[in-house]
Amino acid sequence: MSEPLPVLKTYKLFVGGAFPRSESGRVYEVTDAKGQWLANAPLASRKDARDAVVAARKAFPRWSGATAYNRGQVLYRVAEMVQGRRDQFRAEVAAGDGLSKSKAAAVVDAAIDRLVWYAGWSDKVAQIAGGANPVAGPYFNLSTPEPTGVVAVLAPRDSSLLGLVSVLAPVLTTGNVAVVVASERAPLPALSLAEALATSDVPGGVVNVLSGATAELARPLAAHQDVNAIDLTGAEGELATELEILAAENLKRVRRPDPAEDFAAAPGTERLLGFLETKTVWHPTGV
Amino acid sequence: MTCHYARRYARLVTMSLKADAPKAPTPPTPPEDSPSALADVTASDASLRRFLHGLPGVDAVGLEARAASLGTRSIKTTAKAYALDLAISMIDLTTLEGADTPGKVRALCAKGRNPDPTDRSTPPVAAICVYSDLVATAREALAGSGVAVASVATAFPAGRAARSVKLADTAEAVAAGADEVDMVIDRGAFLAGRYLSVFEEIVAVREACGDAHLKVILENGELATYDNIRRASWLAMLAGADFIKTSTGKVGVNATPANTLLMLQAVRDFRAATGRQIGVKPAGGIRTAKDAVKFLVLVNETAGPDWLSPTWFRFGASSLLNDLLMQRQKLGTGRYSGPDYVTVD
Repeated sequence: MSEPLPVLKTYKLFVGGAFPRSESGRVYEVTDAKGQWLANAPLASRKDARDAVVAARKAFPRWSGATAYNRGQVLYRVAEMVQGRRDQFRAEVAAGDGLSKSKAAAVVDAAIDRLVWYAGWSDKVAQIAGGANPVAGPYFNLSTPEPTGVVAVLAPRDSSLLGLVSVLAPVLTTGNVAVVVASERAPLPALSLAEALATSDVPGGVVNVLSGATAELARPLAAHQDVNAIDLTGAEGELATELEILAAENLKRVRRPDPAEDFAAAPGTERLLGFLETKTVWHPTGV
Repeated sequence: MTCHYARRYARLVTMSLKADAPKAPTPPTPPEDSPSALADVTASDASLRRFLHGLPGVDAVGLEARAASLGTRSIKTTAKAYALDLAISMIDLTTLEGADTPGKVRALCAKGRNPDPTDRSTPPVAAICVYSDLVATAREALAGSGVAVASVATAFPAGRAARSVKLADTAEAVAAGADEVDMVIDRGAFLAGRYLSVFEEIVAVREACGDAHLKVILENGELATYDNIRRASWLAMLAGADFIKTSTGKVGVNATPANTLLMLQAVRDFRAATGRQIGVKPAGGIRTAKDAVKFLVLVNETAGPDWLSPTWFRFGASSLLNDLLMQRQKLGTGRYSGPDYVTVD
């Protein structure tokens, strides 16, 4: 028997539930922490970003309209899928983030934990972010949290899987849809996570993953009139300022980057509550 | 006898695609024998059939390949800005639903007059297309705007009614103030081979239209073959149509690049043969600015720049306008626009 022919993996974008190449046809070389070539990743263009927003907008009514319980189940299934492909993620995280095997394994396990943690929050967030308000009149006054809409997420640059899951899961849990710009330096775990998402009953378009130059993709997303919020976690310094200015045009909700953020620590509810809008209804009390 | 007719008229129709390029700039100078060339064609059912069946067959593969290759042109920057504005000015903004109300028609008219209230440099559309009972409402809402009122008539969309009903429908639409009438041909008669009956009906509707422009809807999706589309195009043009229109928008297959290309060839050849210029209107299924620009490329490369005006080319569309406006906003501001910045129709 001869040796089986090794099959090199062609990493793809994840847009609208499909795995296309970049519209521009470009790729770039992804290397590990020591500079060794790992794979080619698609170098997405602003048109890919535009297409991703269109796909996300189309997916929004269904995902935001799904029951919170159902969204939790789907996120839990994502955790199951990542768990099933643990070895692949360990290898990609070890190479991309320059971690030892045991540290990479701990990071992947933490990412799975994080998914399960946020999955549990889906049908509980309304209790802490909404409720019945006491008013001086014959009315019920009820506040409920609603998803903001299409959220552009710039994933953290240095934590390619755990950081990504930590910024993406809270956006999804509350019913938002996401256009994710993966870490420019280590996009492979994000592109593989897309494969797990595609097999977890996450409807097509709810998560769209782009790899490429963060600055090139972030500007059209920040300026995009049909994006409702942007998480600047993966942008630094002057770029973050510029993006915030662009995002002001249509009053996007902006989350500023925090360089000291530690993704290994317990996340708290801050990210969960960051992309919600409060809807308050007045209802006359009956007799 | 059939062979004789086929040979006699075959030269009126361009068979080779290579002939596309040099044809474009020729002025409408009919051949010497033009008045008589087609005069006897409609003398009887038999002669009409001989003429239509004598038209050269369509090379379906070649036609589709040509349409697809013309769809790959990249139109950018200033050319794109020109194309978007031209496409907006060519739109017959259409609402043809059972649920149309006077309020909806008035809203559509307001949008047609001033498609983008945030940018007054946006051109108005060519016409508002409604059912005949709503023509008066549209006429009132469009007074003084220069936007025409088009009405569908003749038992749209099926065309299955007595001729007297169809003519009354047309006359009522015109009396209510329609500038343009979109009629459907009797596809049943056409497919059964009763060409003269179809011809006579178009002529009768033409008379009922008076001064109104007549657009003849061939309903390509129901004609089954490209050969039939070519025949129906010639039949409609011979009967006095001002425009030939691809479809009603109510069946599965509507305007495609290939069948529009075929109709553009027909109007080009008809002008070369008779000196009379006929317009083309693809309708149904054109939803994006990109598609619209592809059709404009087809027009320019097939019929020629003479047809690149709302007088000779129209889009029958309802959702296309929003996408054109979003693209226009993107060109103007550099920001991708979204559905929140155009109307919900």
